[in-house]
Amino acid sequence: MSDSPTAVQTHEGLHNPALLHHFATEEQQRDASNFGMWIFLGTEVMFFGGLFCAYLIYRGWYFGDFAAASKSINAALGATNTAVLICSSLTVVLAIWAAQTARRALMIAMLILTMIFGLGFLGIKGIEYHDKFVEHHVPGPSFSFEHEEIPGHPGQYANPRHAQIFFALYFIMTGLHALHMIVGLGIFTWLLIMAWRGYFTPHYHTPLEIGGLYWHFVDIIWIYLFPLLYLIDRHP
Amino acid sequence: MFDNFPLWPQRASSTAGNVDALFIFLIIVSGLMTLLVFSAIIYFAARYRHRKGVLAEQVEGSIPLELTWTIIPLGVFMVIFAWGAVVYFKSRTPPRDAAEVYVVAKQWMWKLEHAEGQREINELHVPVGRDVKLIMTSQDVIHSFFVPAFRMKQDVLPGRYTVLWFRATNPGTYHLFCAQYCGTQHSGMIGNIVVMEPAQYEAWMSGGSNGPLSAGGEKIFAELGCATCHRMDSQGRGPNLQGVFGKPVQLEDGRMVTADENYIRESILDPGAKVVKGFKPVMPTFQGLVSEEQVNALVAYVKSLGIPVPGGVKTSESMPAPQGAPGGGSQVQ
Amino acid sequence: MATATVPAVERENYLNKEYGVGSWLLTTDHKRIALLYLISITFFFFIGGFFALLIRLELLTPAGDLVQADTYNKLFTMHGQVMVFFFLIPSIPAVLGNFLVPMMVGAKDLAFPRINLLSWYLYIIAGIMMLHCMLTGGVDTGWTFYTPFSTAFSNTKVIEAGLAIFVAGFSSILTGLNFVVTIHRMRAPGMTWSRLPLFIWAHYATSIIQILGTPVIAITLVLVVAERALHLGIFDPKLGGDPLLFQHLFWFYSHPAVYIMILPSMGVVTEIIACFSRKRIFGYTFVALSSIAIAVFGFLVWAHHMFVAGISVYAALIFSMLSYSVAVPSAVKVFNWTATLYKGSIHYDAPMLYAFGFLGLFTMGGLTGLFLSALGIDMHVHDTYFVIAHFHYIMVGGALMGYLGGLHFWWPKISGKLYPEGWARLSALIVFLGFNLTFFPQFILGYLGMPRRYYQYPPEFQVLNVLSTAGATVLGIGYLLPMIYFLWSMRYGKPAPDNPWKAAGLEWQTQSPPTTFNFPEEPVVTWEAYNYDEIDRGHKEEVNVVG
Repeated sequence: MSDSPTAVQTHEGLHNPALLHHFATEEQQRDASNFGMWIFLGTEVMFFGGLFCAYLIYRGWYFGDFAAASKSINAALGATNTAVLICSSLTVVLAIWAAQTARRALMIAMLILTMIFGLGFLGIKGIEYHDKFVEHHVPGPSFSFEHEEIPGHPGQYANPRHAQIFFALYFIMTGLHALHMIVGLGIFTWLLIMAWRGYFTPHYHTPLEIGGLYWHFVDIIWIYLFPLLYLIDRHP
Repeated sequence: MFDNFPLWPQRASSTAGNVDALFIFLIIVSGLMTLLVFSAIIYFAARYRHRKGVLAEQVEGSIPLELTWTIIPLGVFMVIFAWGAVVYFKSRTPPRDAAEVYVVAKQWMWKLEHAEGQREINELHVPVGRDVKLIMTSQDVIHSFFVPAFRMKQDVLPGRYTVLWFRATNPGTYHLFCAQYCGTQHSGMIGNIVVMEPAQYEAWMSGGSNGPLSAGGEKIFAELGCATCHRMDSQGRGPNLQGVFGKPVQLEDGRMVTADENYIRESILDPGAKVVKGFKPVMPTFQGLVSEEQVNALVAYVKSLGIPVPGGVKTSESMPAPQGAPGGGSQVQ
Repeated sequence: MATATVPAVERENYLNKEYGVGSWLLTTDHKRIALLYLISITFFFFIGGFFALLIRLELLTPAGDLVQADTYNKLFTMHGQVMVFFFLIPSIPAVLGNFLVPMMVGAKDLAFPRINLLSWYLYIIAGIMMLHCMLTGGVDTGWTFYTPFSTAFSNTKVIEAGLAIFVAGFSSILTGLNFVVTIHRMRAPGMTWSRLPLFIWAHYATSIIQILGTPVIAITLVLVVAERALHLGIFDPKLGGDPLLFQHLFWFYSHPAVYIMILPSMGVVTEIIACFSRKRIFGYTFVALSSIAIAVFGFLVWAHHMFVAGISVYAALIFSMLSYSVAVPSAVKVFNWTATLYKGSIHYDAPMLYAFGFLGLFTMGGLTGLFLSALGIDMHVHDTYFVIAHFHYIMVGGALMGYLGGLHFWWPKISGKLYPEGWARLSALIVFLGFNLTFFPQFILGYLGMPRRYYQYPPEFQVLNVLSTAGATVLGIGYLLPMIYFLWSMRYGKPAPDNPWKAAGLEWQTQSPPTTFNFPEEPVVTWEAYNYDEIDRGHKEEVNVVG
């Protein structure tokens, strides 16, 4: 009972082979797919939400220690990554527009550019993680955070145990985010292949739309992560 | 009831009666509700049993009925809530001047120390009719101090104090259970609460102790050099601790907190968390350098400072010398 | 009640359309996936039941003399984990829901059939991980994984168990997602929301909880696993963390989870009572909305598991009050079900006996919830056998009886065969009696003060424990019997008519068993739900849906 559609031209009066057998109309299929992705993103909000909740609670309790720890991560790299992701969301939108207006070359170019931005993001993240590793800020046996001043409170030093909680949450939150990026890259690889094979038409490009939704979501999570993690109590 | 087949737990605290009263009320309400619903079901099931040729009559619904059986239960539930809340609130608000016992739970035993100094393991002796407040912490995982005869329990957490108070009303020996799963010997972490007549209790009390807990705390206070900064003449680098217990404290960041047991404990183990206004954050942490029992002794000592004593305020110089063998300062694991 | 005619030759249906292992393991037919789930969760049910048997055997005597303390701790932990995550949460949605939701709304399949299959594979992977964990040492933290015991003190396979449950959670999320999209987007023409069977409303509410709640326990387990593996301090006070944060995060899901377990069962019972009273459910709108209310309020009450955990008195007051609010919609349902019997024409077939059992046991279990929500009572009975009795009344007396009733009710549709009615009625009775004998004494034990998770206890608790174990044996027999006669019926049962109960609902307008695509043509619905008056007066339905 194979129901994976293959790439074909649509014929007048015949069903689009992309229409799966259990849907009555293409519109129903498109609506269902979109709705399904929105719901899935809702579950992702709840998934990250638990982390954000834990983070906000500890940040409230240990504000000074968290501010000191936040100062030690590279806000410039974080800001660059934010710009990279926003640009990648733009290229996703352009890819979808290109599909809607039958601009095959542009669509493929935008998909490739999106993936380049995604890889760039991961590369910059890799640099940040490396820096943290070298500075012994990775939680575990080699963790060290002595004599770090709390911003705005000269002479007061951060409690290393509380700082370690910051870094634990930093790595888990950005790591989970990066994992979602990697999955996103996988999805876009598949979308690129389908686009190359001419699978998408102005009439049917639902996988692009829902892949795009996922990518935008990963972007939005980062837009919350960045100020929360990188910009605690920053002074110019 | 039967000795080896009890159906109702003994009552031995001032709260037990209140809890039982609410419980019986709930049994009556539930019983009535059950009777109502079951009778209706049984009656309808029999009366409207399928008979050949007789069709069911479609009764759509009835908004007045729906509203009735929504609002009335809600009303009953709110009554139950309020009653339960009152019982709970009263049982969770320790009276002033309660006798204090410090409890340290660990896998898998209860270590108790009366403020007067008696130490007990898995057993707690208390006099009838006296308010007793337990100040509890755990050395490892979460435990729970549960005395069915008192109808009370409270989880005992690592890293902070939790409090339980009771007033025993019946002499006797009652079960003490650990009620929060804590590992292999969770079901072996049991003991007894021994409620005695006041005279018996006095006799038991005088049968040897290591001196009041606060005296042990005073010793540790001196040994660890706390007095260097926390001077009674307010000239030190740390706040004067005289009379500080139970009072509001203004912190460096503007917050106002009450100096309760948890505050004192935190100040010893994590001094940077709450810095008093006007002082610098220079106090070193004693995390890992003091055991839970030693922290308890220090808390008891700080509490005892500033208590009016005939002839003036009690200071460390005017404390009586500890009786018997030196106690509180030794490491007890 | 079986009166319709039975065809002489076996017609093509979803069971005989294709044979071979591949046609089952790669199926996207929601009905076959439902059967795959049926086999898997039955397997785990008996594993969880086996652990329960060992627990009850140990508790026959006050001393710990059957198994060692550590073994006992693993037994109750794994009993809880297997029963909650691998039996109760999937049970009705994954078996009856998967089978019936598309048919009840008039669709050919769920919105995402391949995701449905993925959901089953995730369940199987999770199950294998859990089995491996159990066979290589097990886990002893209690199903509640409280920290810091689970993160820093237990010497068992906490990480593996946590990851297994994480994967099972994703299976649950995908099922919920599928149902919500199906119910919104795949209803046949004319099937408006107010014409939907209440089974669908119940599954809709359940799916909302699955979607919103499960991710939170997923991330909580990730944090526990990370803390344990990397010695972090998120929940460990020695490293600056807070053990209560774990409890809040854990119960934020695990309380709504209990509504995942009971709502579908309420949906089943609604269908059965309507059919066997030959009446539309009294107060359809109220029953439908009460399902949604339970789902919503269910998210607001989690800290009632933490009244003595060290939360503030004021927080406790708020959560106690909110907990009473969630009791109201459940009470409303019980009253509506009872009122449905009024002026009905009641038949006592096995499904209806299970429904009666549900009504009785759920009412009792629900009422004891009122006890637990009362702060003054909870401080005494929290973490005692009173709580165990309460939740078993709801989950076993309620959810499981609903599941069994539903299996009996829809068995002719699912298998095309009739189960033996006499044996089924006997089993219902055995389950009801065995259940009460097992769990009622536990209310008394709890008030007496016997704590949970104890393998040794003071001697005065023995008589009640012996009664409970005796009941458990009877209960076990009650569960074994249906397994035997359902299997028997697949080979030797009488062929079932398409609608043996003359029930309302689109699923009954199809063959028994149905064809792969359920309906030969898309149905067009012009009648209200539970139109038993039309059915019993012999009015023909407005649409031909049987080929």
